[in-house]
Formats: sequence, C-alpha cells, structure tokens
Amino acid sequence: MTAPVPGIPARTAEAPRRARRRDVGRWVMLAIFVAVGIVIVSPMLLVVVNAFKTQPDYTTRGFLSLPQPWTFDQISTYWTQSDFPLKLANSFIISAATSVLAVLVSLLNAYAIGIGRVRGRLTLVVLFLLANLLPAEAMIYPLYYVAKQVGLYNTQLGVIIIFVAIHSAFGTYLLASVFGTFPTALLEAAALDGASRWRILWRVVFPISRPTLVVLFTLFFVWTWNEFYIPLVMLVDDSVQTVPIALIAQQGQHQTSIPLLNAGALLSLVPTLVFFFIFQRTLTRGVTVGAVK
Amino acid sequence: MSDTQLTSARPRARRARSPLQDRRGYWLYFIPGGVLLLAVILVPFAWGFVLSFSRWSGVGDIVWVGLDNYRQLLSDSVFLSSFANVLAMIVAVVVIPTLLGLVIAAVLFDYLGRRFAGNVVAVLRATFYLPQIIPIVIAGIVWGWVLQPDGSLNTILRAVGLGFLAQNWLGQPHLALGSLMTVLVWVQIGYPVVVFMAALSRVDPELYEAAQLDGAGAIRRFRAITIPQIRPETFVVVLTCTVAALKVFGPVYALTSGGPGNATYVPSYLSYQTFFQKLQVGYGSAMATVLALLVLLVSLAILWAQRRSEAKEER
Repeated sequence: MTAPVPGIPARTAEAPRRARRRDVGRWVMLAIFVAVGIVIVSPMLLVVVNAFKTQPDYTTRGFLSLPQPWTFDQISTYWTQSDFPLKLANSFIISAATSVLAVLVSLLNAYAIGIGRVRGRLTLVVLFLLANLLPAEAMIYPLYYVAKQVGLYNTQLGVIIIFVAIHSAFGTYLLASVFGTFPTALLEAAALDGASRWRILWRVVFPISRPTLVVLFTLFFVWTWNEFYIPLVMLVDDSVQTVPIALIAQQGQHQTSIPLLNAGALLSLVPTLVFFFIFQRTLTRGVTVGAVK
Repeated sequence: MSDTQLTSARPRARRARSPLQDRRGYWLYFIPGGVLLLAVILVPFAWGFVLSFSRWSGVGDIVWVGLDNYRQLLSDSVFLSSFANVLAMIVAVVVIPTLLGLVIAAVLFDYLGRRFAGNVVAVLRATFYLPQIIPIVIAGIVWGWVLQPDGSLNTILRAVGLGFLAQNWLGQPHLALGSLMTVLVWVQIGYPVVVFMAALSRVDPELYEAAQLDGAGAIRRFRAITIPQIRPETFVVVLTCTVAALKVFGPVYALTSGGPGNATYVPSYLSYQTFFQKLQVGYGSAMATVLALLVLLVSLAILWAQRRSEAKEER
C-alpha cells in the first residue's frame, strides 16, 4: 500500500485527464465505502446516544435526538441492578481460565502430533477438527445431565471444562499444522545436548511458538467471552452468569425501559471494544492464521 | 508401499539414542487433551445419539422407541421448516458475506488502497469487522430494538418521508426471515473482508503491476489474479461460515424465538426448546443428531473439495 499508482503512461496529453477521471472514481468509491461503514456502525451509535438519556427524554423526543440532559443514571442503575462488577468478574474468570488451559492442552496435543509425529497423526488431526466443528447441541443434554450429577452444573468450573475441550480441539488442529514445519535442526541439537522431551517442549518449542500461542489465547478469550449457548444452558444463577447472559436476563425483566436496555448494552460492549482496540493486531492476525495452513 | 516400510524402519533403529525418535513416549502428552476430548465431546455425542432412540423427560425411566423419533421428524412441519431455513442461513452467513467480502476486500486493497493512505483503508476494515467482535446476543438485542414496530428504523423511514415503507419487521412471517438474514449479513461481513485482505497482502504485488502494464483494468485483475490467488482462504472462509450457518442460535433466541408462527425456526433453537422447555430429550436428541450429521457431512465435503483443488494446483 506504499507506492501510489506505479507507471501511469504520461506520454500522451490525454493521460493526465484520464488519471484525474480515475481519481474521481476512487473518491466516489471511498464515499460509498464510508457511507456503508456509517450504516454498519449506526446501531452502535444509537446505543451510545440513548444510553445517556432519561426515560422521559426518550419518550418525548425519541431516540434520534441527542440526550437532553446527558445523564449517567441509566448506566449506574444497570451497574447496580445487574451487579455488573460481578458479571464482569465472572466473564473474565471464565474467559481467562479457559484460554490459558485451552492453549496449554492444545500445546501438549500438538507437540505429540506435530513434533512427536505419533502414528495415526492425520486421523487425530481430522478427529480434533471434526470435534471442534460438531454442534454443541449434539452433546449438550448429556453434558447438562452429568454436570448436574457431579455438582458442576451452575458452576464456572463446569463451563470452563467444556470450553477448554472445544477450543483446544481447534487449537490442536491449528498448532499441529504449524508444528509440522518446525525447524528440526533445533530439536535435534537440543536432543543431542541430552535434553528430555519435556525440557525440549518448554525450552525450545514453547518460546519459538509463543507468537502463535498468543494469537490462540486472544481468539479463545474473545470466543469464550462472546459465547452464548453453553452459558445459557449451564449457568442459571444470577451469581455465576456472564455479561451477555445478564443482559438478556435483564431484557426479560425490564422490557419497558429502553434507555436502561441501551445502557446495559453499552456497558456490556465496552469490555469487548477495549479488548478489540488493544488486541486488534493480534486478532486480525489470529483470524488469518486460522485461514493459512 | 515398500517406501513407507523403509521410512518407518529407520527411526526404530535410532530409538535408543534420542528422545526425539521414540514416538511412543509422546502419547503421554495426549492424556489431558484425550480425556477432555472423550469426556466432553465424543462420549456425550455418542450418548446423545443413543438417546435419540428413546422417549425420556430427563427424569425417570427411559423408554426405548427405536426409530420413532426419526419417523416423527419427517412429518414434523416445524422441524422441516427449520431445516428449510438452514438454506436461508447459508445464504445470509456464507453466500452473501463471501461474495461481498471478496469484492469489498479487493476494492479496499487494489482500488482504494492504491490512492489513499493505509490508515484510511485500515479504519474502513476495522469498521466492517466491528460487528464480528460484539457478543452475538447483544447485537441481537440492539437489532431487536432497531427493528421493532416503533423502533428506530421505522422512525427514520417516517422522518425522511418514506413512512409507507415502515413495517413490523420481526412480527410478520414474510418479513421476519429476511430481517434475521440482514442482521446475520451485518454480523458476518467483516470476517471474509479481514481474511481476504490478509490473503491479498500475501500476493506478490508484481503480479498486479505486470497486469496493469499489460493494460488489465481493475475488474480484469480481480478475475484473473485476485480470485485464483486467494482460493485457499476462500475454502477456509466457506467452511467456517457454513458450519456457523448451520449452528445459528443466538440471533434467533434474541430476535424472534422462532416466530412469528414457525417462520424463523432453525434446528439449533428448535432442539434447545425441545430439550429444555418441552423436556422431550429423546426427540431433541434426534434433531441434534440430524444437525450434527449434516455439519459433519458438509464439512467433510468442503475439506474434500479443498484437498482436490490443492492437488490440482500442484500438478
């Protein structure tokens, strides 16, 4: 994206005019894209505007006008009413624990497949991939039933275990193919120095693959944070619920107050947005790492 | 045949010398992952499959009914329409986003990217990607509010004098599915854009420059360079999006609950209702099994097509 339009043939007198015409086309296209961009973010903009309104302001002046006056009332009401700090902590604990454990399990699996080159590794990779693709619906009832029997229903640990299994299936598939091209000279050198398999994993493989592991961690974190189906089934108590589940529970209870709903949506969005801005690079890299084998 | 025997015989001779060559020891590293895979995915999946031959409410005795549940599915109009809606989900989550994403990525990269600064393109790309990172239920709640009868969309239409276009977007059977699909396109579009743009930056720029010098216009370059060059990524996008389309749940839960009537039921949501609201565990398991088999079949088909296209390219 550095060199602007290389090699415009500038010999004829017509060339500059043609270039200018092409330029107009580009500006028109840019305008179209900006307009589409605005349409895409407009629902979010509406949420921001209406989260700061009072209920009477909303009823009389509608949602297109700016708040008059701006108020944090709805935000603070949602904050206390839904016990937002607790929901935030729940989401954070579940996402962080899931991502760390899922990366660890993926690393161990992929070490055996990609570097250990165990027999039947292709079958294993396909098995892990298909396990990740299977819809949760097909195993949710047995999981729900067993979780109830063993006391993991309605606990964060129960949800974490399920997510670690599903996400590490993807991580194994991805890492195994990355490790397939791992520089063997390094491994052989370490082995000649007498390093054990366990030591080679942590002293050679882990440091070198750290960038990929960070990408995996980030992906797992966002996926877990945004996941809806499994927490909806497994977490029924207010005290263990995640941020998205809390919002949908709130919507059921207080259907009337639109500004409160918007405040809740805005509060629930802020952590994801912050995360997005911090890890934007890693995330876009992650999405693409998944696409290049 | 004899080739594989040779290569597998060689490491065996060296096994005693180095930990790298002893492959059996690596199975220890599968213990945590293997236990999880079995306990959380494979065994529950098999168990659910077995339950699909039963009638059970989740408590009390399990009654085995053979293929009854599957027979019932074939004449269950709600179930059949939920599977018909899967096609609509595929259009909204796979077909439209992949085609649009291809065009948007190419325009951003090859057309706008040549004239405007990198930041402009990066900001546009981030804007298109934004809906992807929003928790799907929150997106659903926000859209529900936008699309309700006195919601923002209708108000805006009335404000600009297009009041006759105002509709009950989610409340009318013939509109609800289209509204749901629009929301899904909005959610999904950023993913192919980001993947395809990354794929394009991998393509050698000299290809484009050479084509341009030869007088190929933007559309020509799109067809002759962009599309073939990013075929590997296209397969991955199609696979992940198709699986996502088959699993659509959150938007239906938050926006329509399958209604009005049966207009927006999808298999995932219908099986959830059958499990946890109607307490028909056996019947729900049959639905979930059919869905899972469909997911597996479609995934394997796409993986197979990908393999074949790669093999063709290497030749």
